[in-house]
Amino acid sequence: MSIFVPNGKAQRDRMLEVIGAERFEDLLSPIPQSVRLKGELDLPLPVSELELKKEFKDLAGKNTSADLICFRGAGSYDHYIPTAIDSILTRSEFFTAYTPYQAEVSQGTLQAIFEYQTLIARLTGCDAANASMYDGSSAVAEAALMAIRCTGKKRILVAGSLNPRTMDVMHTYLDNSDFQINEVPFDKDGLLDLGSAEKLAEGGAAALVLQYPNFFGSIEDVSSAAELIHRHKGLLVVFADPVSLGILEAPGKLGADVVAGEGQPLGIAMSFGGPYVGFMATSNEYIRKMPGRIVGRTEDRAGNTGYVLTLQTREQHIKRAKATSNICSNQALMALANTVYLTLTGESGFAEVARQCWHKSHYLHKKLLEIPGVTGVFDSPFCREFVVNLPVSAQNAACALVDKGYLAGLPLPGLGVGAMLLCATEKRTKAEIDGFAEALAGYIKEAV
Amino acid sequence: MEKTIFQYSCPGRIGVSLPALDVPETSVPGRFSRKDPIGLPEVTEGQAMRHFVRLSTMNFNLEKSIYPLGSCTMKYNPRLHEFLARIEGLASVHPLSPDDTVQGTLKIIHELGVYLCEITGFDAVTLQPAAGAQGEFTGLMLIKKWQEARGEGHRNEVLMPDSSHGTNPATCTLAGLKVVSVDSDSHGRVDVEDLRRKAGENTCAFMLTNPNTLGIFESSIKEITQIIHDAGGLNYMDGANMNAMLGIARPGDMGFDVCHLNLHKTFSTPHGGGGPGAGPVCCREFLSPFLPASTVEKAEHGYRLRDAGGNSMGRLLAFHGNVGVLYRAYAYIRTLGAPGLNEVSQVALINANYMKARLKPYYEVPNDDGPCMHEFVASGSAMGIHGVKTLDIAKRLLDYGFHAPTIYFPLIVKEALMIEPTETESLESLDAFVDAMIAIAEEAGEKPHLVTDAPVNTPVLRLDEVKAVKDLFLVEPFESEE
Repeated sequence: MSIFVPNGKAQRDRMLEVIGAERFEDLLSPIPQSVRLKGELDLPLPVSELELKKEFKDLAGKNTSADLICFRGAGSYDHYIPTAIDSILTRSEFFTAYTPYQAEVSQGTLQAIFEYQTLIARLTGCDAANASMYDGSSAVAEAALMAIRCTGKKRILVAGSLNPRTMDVMHTYLDNSDFQINEVPFDKDGLLDLGSAEKLAEGGAAALVLQYPNFFGSIEDVSSAAELIHRHKGLLVVFADPVSLGILEAPGKLGADVVAGEGQPLGIAMSFGGPYVGFMATSNEYIRKMPGRIVGRTEDRAGNTGYVLTLQTREQHIKRAKATSNICSNQALMALANTVYLTLTGESGFAEVARQCWHKSHYLHKKLLEIPGVTGVFDSPFCREFVVNLPVSAQNAACALVDKGYLAGLPLPGLGVGAMLLCATEKRTKAEIDGFAEALAGYIKEAV
Repeated sequence: MEKTIFQYSCPGRIGVSLPALDVPETSVPGRFSRKDPIGLPEVTEGQAMRHFVRLSTMNFNLEKSIYPLGSCTMKYNPRLHEFLARIEGLASVHPLSPDDTVQGTLKIIHELGVYLCEITGFDAVTLQPAAGAQGEFTGLMLIKKWQEARGEGHRNEVLMPDSSHGTNPATCTLAGLKVVSVDSDSHGRVDVEDLRRKAGENTCAFMLTNPNTLGIFESSIKEITQIIHDAGGLNYMDGANMNAMLGIARPGDMGFDVCHLNLHKTFSTPHGGGGPGAGPVCCREFLSPFLPASTVEKAEHGYRLRDAGGNSMGRLLAFHGNVGVLYRAYAYIRTLGAPGLNEVSQVALINANYMKARLKPYYEVPNDDGPCMHEFVASGSAMGIHGVKTLDIAKRLLDYGFHAPTIYFPLIVKEALMIEPTETESLESLDAFVDAMIAIAEEAGEKPHLVTDAPVNTPVLRLDEVKAVKDLFLVEPFESEE
């Protein structure tokens, strides 16, 4: 009998008697012999808690990446995670609960989601937000589908400065129907080429999708993009980095109609890519076209304030094939992590995180450009992340720096063999940045 | 009632401390700067903790009592797994780390994939889907791509029974395919003759949950899957109910070609108040070229991530899936092994059949023609003469300190109460729940207002969902604090 199953032989026999079955096998009578498994599953022998803990610690020890000083971003960021977040996330009341369908006994989850929606709406400068999506990239793909529903048009313009992985996800979500994705090239500064966008928008498009700051870390001109796509009766979908919004103007205030993004930087471990959480916010005009769960405030029979899942007629369990999305499970616990993170950092602490990312990434940029042969790639203002060109193979440099204890930036072979996308968060110290620059300089000196 | 976090805010308070900036400053160009405050709350860590802990106490949860939501498999979430997934070396690795610096994680992902293939009877797997619905999308896309690759791209119909989960038809739409609904027979199983009529040259796939959403095993499964294969389609199994089948029967042996699993159901990973889950997809070898990006393979010197080939359906998420969830499921399988997993399903079946037997004198159980699997669907329709609906029964259960079953699903049963106890409930706990259900049936006859007025012992009384839609109130207004 395993540690998870309380009913032993005595209880099972009693229960079978009540059922009117002689043996357990009688309960299998609806399953034809021809499809029953003969023999046992071929799986490793069971292990105890003690052994499993040891096994996991050994496996974790093989993840040497965890010990590297991280200068890599490209969609996942090494920010500081306040300790109190996990104290909340490991409360049974939150992590073992199901989706809050029985609202009267789920007010904790529901109010926390209401607060999450409020925080995301304020951060993005939008009117409302949903309860979460799987990750930032799938959220942007769903935002594009939403724009198609809102406008009745089938063509989406996507800035070429979008994270290529996010672009892949958009294709996965959109290519199945008669929807079309047109990529808009970026200019010499790594920013959306407005002239090309104007040409591609002719004839109308459902949306223009723009990353802010973009994949290269460059800060796009959201207002101009909004003005452009609105003239062509489309929506502006912005894929925003939430930490940068601590200092940069909110896209909703600059004309974005839908703002989606990746919540990982807000208190969630990198954990090799997940679980993360996608956020999505929009204006009042389009709320009813949004996918995913939404919580609303209401009253109980005595007039007390309470919270429920609302606008459910958009969702799959009611609308089935006509739902706004097939999403059911979302990333609620990760959204709670975002909520606690934004609460703990608060107005001043959050702005300070963003400010330090700005200053540290600019200091890193300056230090790297001091290395002989290293040049800038784009001339535009950046936030937290930027591209430089090394006089050597970026791939080889990154490999060599692992041995020196660094996870260097991400090589971007599409921009040239020496191109590398680097990032510095508030966690990086001056000493780490200086050490990294020195190690890279040393490598380049030897390699050239 | 608890205030919102915004109502605790007071300028100058902060809940976290950061090291002082130790690099020279670079000015932020004014044209990009945020003009107004964001409106984040300003509280201390202690205030934040008190607020969120107070909120938590208003939640029902698995460690309070039985959570018998049908189709959701609310089983115990082992504490060990929470510890393991948070080990620094596992939790803090960047998803774009070089393969040789993440060998521990890649090994876990690879081994878990091998285990899941063995459990389902398939050959290949992707662990990328973030949830069951994304798994369904993946599965349908594999089939669609396969049909296209063999020149049968015109096939655009997905057949599914009228008892299917809502995600099934919604997923078809997302995949650009058309839903064709197949009738259920008088026992709640697929109407094989109706299926035969509807399967044809446009059939792309058939989607089925087995055991089905009534908790009944589709006894004609071999015949069903054969009909679809003969018509040129492939069979997709929604694995939401896999908790009934561990070590008993495998989808791969039933004629299915692909299935998803819900790790947050069968494999004990926590539901988190709605997520994160994980929806891995297992399939036959001939579908593997179409799997989504980044699969883990065992190479000569350790494990490596392999990028998708030209036939791949693409990428589902930016990175490699809900890896933290995968760690937990791996730990679960390692703890139980083959005999332990088999025991899970055996006891899940016994528990469900026991509850059905005890409840049957008090509640109608439609389609009851033999043993159920891990869940069953009762109906509250007999209480209708007293003005009591299934919704009222569900709310009254909350007063008794239990969570309600899944209600009004599947749609083919009137006033449905879908009950799934899982194997981690003791006999005492099952009895306590059944006793409450019986007491409510009696109340419905004698004092129906006790049921229709419920709940009264909960943090709030019955909530007005109509008002929530009519007077949409989705965010705390900023002005209210100023």
